[in-house]
Amino acid sequence: MVVELYLDLLSQPCRSVYIFAKKNNIPFEFKHVELLKGQHLSEEFVKVNLLRKVPALKDGAFTLAESIAILLYLSRKFNTPDHWYPSDVQKRARVDEYLSWQHTSIRPQGCKVYDIKAMVPLLMDKPFPPEKLEEEIKDLNFSLKQFEEKFLQDKPFIAGGEISLADLMALEELVQPVAVGCDVFEGRSKLAEWRSRVEEAIGKELFEQAHEVVLNTKDLSAAQFSPQLKEQLIQMLQKELK
Amino acid sequence: MVVELYLDLLSQPCRAVYIFAKKNNIPFEFKDVVLFKGQHMSEEFGKVNPLRKVPALKDEAFTLAENTAILLYLSRKFNTPDHWYPSDGQKRAKVDEYLSWQHTAIRAQGSKVFLIKALVPLLMDKPFPPEKLEGAIEELNSTLKQFEEKFLQGKLFIVGNEISLADLVALVELMQPVGAGYDVFEGSPKLAEWRHRVEEAIGKELFQQAHEAILNVKDMAAAAAQLDPQLKEKLKQLLQKNLK
Repeated sequence: MVVELYLDLLSQPCRSVYIFAKKNNIPFEFKHVELLKGQHLSEEFVKVNLLRKVPALKDGAFTLAESIAILLYLSRKFNTPDHWYPSDVQKRARVDEYLSWQHTSIRPQGCKVYDIKAMVPLLMDKPFPPEKLEEEIKDLNFSLKQFEEKFLQDKPFIAGGEISLADLMALEELVQPVAVGCDVFEGRSKLAEWRSRVEEAIGKELFEQAHEVVLNTKDLSAAQFSPQLKEQLIQMLQKELK
Repeated sequence: MVVELYLDLLSQPCRAVYIFAKKNNIPFEFKDVVLFKGQHMSEEFGKVNPLRKVPALKDEAFTLAENTAILLYLSRKFNTPDHWYPSDGQKRAKVDEYLSWQHTAIRAQGSKVFLIKALVPLLMDKPFPPEKLEGAIEELNSTLKQFEEKFLQGKLFIVGNEISLADLVALVELMQPVGAGYDVFEGSPKLAEWRHRVEEAIGKELFQQAHEAILNVKDMAAAAAQLDPQLKEKLKQLLQKNLK
């Protein structure tokens, strides 16, 4: 029985898992969990992930949540090339360090930019508040500065000479603000060059395929959201806008 | 040259690193970074961790931030007993899963309760806003429910029968609201029993030693009273932002 990956490519961590599995020719069954339809809230999906989030993995009776855990599990089970999670202890530590830091920096800040710019107008029938967006962009910019100065520095990739899980996760998070017109790479040549390298290492075709859904965010309509999900998201957005 | 660990035991992730190193007899030099004195903002510390956070590690020329990364690095370098980060693929995945989830769950909400209940009165010269505290406690409780239902379930520890990095990181985070006077274990015998097991696996003496600072609010009050005014202002701004 193949591994089942429960994914929605609108989600950054889902894209990381998808790209990683595809790039490494890991056989899996793509189980589409449509977030907009609220499928992550279904009774069926709860059996896979009690936390009601994607990505999730099911391998026989074994279920697993959290993209980092899933990526590491797949890398070990399928013995993927060393550079993804280097066996060199210090390089590995660099990957761990980035994966830990990003939870409370680039990830939430990228999400908030996406939410404010796309979800607010879509679900709350009002234009996005520009001051609020500016505030979030300021936070994201600060994190990007830290990313360049501490994590990337003058190296081609975060852990050194080759792409790792850290670069993959980082780039996927940054695609989110880009998808709503906040081009974080504009005016940042070092970051833009890093992005090109990551894209090339992944492969342009796979990269484009994985990003098709999120890059069409502007084509989303409120009607696509299940009423239950819409209500939930509006509550979340109201909190974010305070 | 021994590994240097830059720590302030008021900080949850610092306690996890400290306990792990001590428990495993890992030789290290304790580099005190007193947060209340703003020592994490010094130029010197900036060279160790430009993110200006504790814990941080320095192993000769190699510097490292983030407690998850530090714990894993130490476990590998010093070849600690398997149960801390099991070699079994699925058990290891469960540790990874918890360590990932906790950042924006138990850590975030435990910290928030501590900030509102203990730090706001110390730094803002006013008592904690009750509705905000209530809201933060509600979120923490909801997260604790997820912890019990998904991560602990009916097991002795998060990954089965033995303590792992997941339990260590979980417990030090939960001691933060306890330090502020909110006992998260009261009202959940399952959680209290798990706490007891983790404490025993660590060793009561080491556990108490590591938690001396956080469990002494009056010492914190004294330290806060001596805060450099510039740092105090910075902390106030940070609090206001975090507590919106």
